[in-house]
Amino acid sequence: MYKIGVLGDYDSIYGFATLGIETFPVDASGAGEKIKELIAGDYRVIYITEALASEIQPELEKYEEQITPALILIPGITGNTGDGVANVKASVEKAVGSDILFGEE
Amino acid sequence: MASTQVIPTRMELTRLKRKLVTARKGHKLLKDKRDELMRQFLEMVKVNMDLRKGVEAGIHAANRNFVIAKAGMDEATLHTALMAPKQEVSLEVGKKNVMSVNIPVFETKTRTADENDIYSYGFAFTSSDLDGAVKSLADILPDMLKLAEIEKACQLMAAEIEKTRRRVNALEHVIIPQTMEDIKYISMKLDENERSSQVRLMKVKDMMLKEAHGWE
Repeated sequence: MYKIGVLGDYDSIYGFATLGIETFPVDASGAGEKIKELIAGDYRVIYITEALASEIQPELEKYEEQITPALILIPGITGNTGDGVANVKASVEKAVGSDILFGEE
Repeated sequence: MASTQVIPTRMELTRLKRKLVTARKGHKLLKDKRDELMRQFLEMVKVNMDLRKGVEAGIHAANRNFVIAKAGMDEATLHTALMAPKQEVSLEVGKKNVMSVNIPVFETKTRTADENDIYSYGFAFTSSDLDGAVKSLADILPDMLKLAEIEKACQLMAAEIEKTRRRVNALEHVIIPQTMEDIKYISMKLDENERSSQVRLMKVKDMMLKEAHGWE
């Protein structure tokens, strides 16, 4: 039985607690450690706010080619940085060689 | 250009011919794999993009609702209201094999039977905006989980496509031409050797005839 977690600044994520998803308010300095800890625990889906994710990008890339955990970016309270969409575009680019689907958007 | 390490023997020639057959077969299979992966990936990534946009808009709206809710009540009350969640979501992770890429399948279970049982507070001291905010977040949760599944699958498939494409290209542009070149080199060398021994034998025969009978 695995669990779902949310990482980010407190204001962006406190609402998720009501849904029964565990929230972990962290800042950039503690996020890398926290992710390792969560993955070593039973967290297999972890949502991360875009703002936080951009700070710990190298840490996230390590898990990209593993089947789990799925690290998914979500917009935080300060707004959408576009990193999530950019990631999808990046995977198209990786697979096809150039972004033929969403390039013009 | 034939590489200089090739030994021009019949054994080597047979080995290389076999290698060429295998390489061609492998190239064809990998090319098919790449095409099929690409087709599925393109389908999936479109869904991925739509889901992501929906989820991002949903979270954005939910965040706005939470800000409004927060404005209508003091922070301590809000914290108390959300302190002890009623609901708990647990996750089952399965695996699905798509063209030899393992992609995850997530299934969720809620602790209480009614998954709409999300209000972890009495309604007396909280503003009604909070109810709306919690509801709006609860509504996008299924989409968020689907997004997690599909986005991960897309990442894994993109990595696999990249790998397969490299293999196809290596076979097509390096291994196969190189092997053909080597085969050509060996067969030419063998022909050459045969001709030179033929000539040598003829020469020896001439010399022997001349010695025995004085024939020119």
